[in-house]
Amino acid sequence: MKRFAVAVGALALGLAALPALAADIEISGSFLRPPVVDGGNGAAFFTITNHGPADRLIAAAAPAARAVELHTHLRDGDVMRMRKVDSIAVPEQGRVELKPGGDHVMLFGLDPAAVVPGARLPLTLTFEQAGAIQIEVPVATLPGPISKPGAHGDQ
Amino acid sequence: MINNTVKAAGLVAALAIALILVVALSPGLSERIGQGVALVASSPFEGGFALTDQTGKPVNDRDYRGRFMLVFFGYTFCPDVCPTTLTVLAGALDRLDPATAAKIVPIFVTLDPERDTPAVMRQYVSAFSPAIVGLTGSSDDIAKVKKNYRVYSVKVEGSAPDLYTIDHSALLYLIGPDGRFRATLDPGHSAEGLALALTRSVQ
Ligand SMILES: [Cu+2]
Repeated sequence: MKRFAVAVGALALGLAALPALAADIEISGSFLRPPVVDGGNGAAFFTITNHGPADRLIAAAAPAARAVELHTHLRDGDVMRMRKVDSIAVPEQGRVELKPGGDHVMLFGLDPAAVVPGARLPLTLTFEQAGAIQIEVPVATLPGPISKPGAHGDQ
Repeated sequence: MINNTVKAAGLVAALAIALILVVALSPGLSERIGQGVALVASSPFEGGFALTDQTGKPVNDRDYRGRFMLVFFGYTFCPDVCPTTLTVLAGALDRLDPATAAKIVPIFVTLDPERDTPAVMRQYVSAFSPAIVGLTGSSDDIAKVKKNYRVYSVKVEGSAPDLYTIDHSALLYLIGPDGRFRATLDPGHSAEGLALALTRSVQ
């Protein structure tokens, strides 16, 4: 609990590079792939390191999204199927990576104002054992020109 | 020496297995390649479409004759697979020599015509590359293209009626300058790899 308080304090000070800690759970390397179109869906990725007994990520919440779900990808021949999962297991003293093409936190209907390049998206992760942990996920920049309507004269 | 021969044999076997896997994992691929070969002397590949581009202009496949069409199907609300593929594709296009790039029209066709209007498609494709053409149409138009390309997609309900996602085929389809099917390409995760495959394919 003390470590959690320290982590929250660090985030409040804007020390972004510090990993977020809750009890035995550490979250690092987080980033948000923002929606490409306004109001679209985004995905958050990060590494969960568990310094304690087996645990499970059971929920995620973000005020800027209309809905948040834990997701995985299943490859079925040449078809990619994205599916909601109830939890993501984190083994005892283990590490789980949420990454593109695999597990992710799915953020539906993101508020465009919350996901401008350089922004940080507040995200609450709830673990079965470790409880809630608040992180701020840096919004990644998309490749190529980011075209928002009216941002520049086009075509 | 013997060791090297064994290694070489192992490599050949591994490549053969990889090829079999690629064909086995791509429903319709072997059929399409067979069809492509058979079709040289008969009817053209039914890879036609009549859709609307991201500027609102009606276009069809014949507009792109003389160049290769590199076609990918997806939807703009896709959070991961589509942006990854289009990022790899845009990176590959950047790496092509200009003469090769000029031979290819990259085309993104939506599987979500309900949400993906031309204006949405314009915002979407321009985020990746100015070269990518974004096509949409009526549900019937999209259903026809899906059938012609034998693309699979199905809507998956979400927690609200408008929060659905779409399961879909994630291959690239290469159509020749003659409008005939040439190959399916797995975009993979490497722009260099895709650039190399494209350069070879459009020689
Ligand atoms: Cu998802």
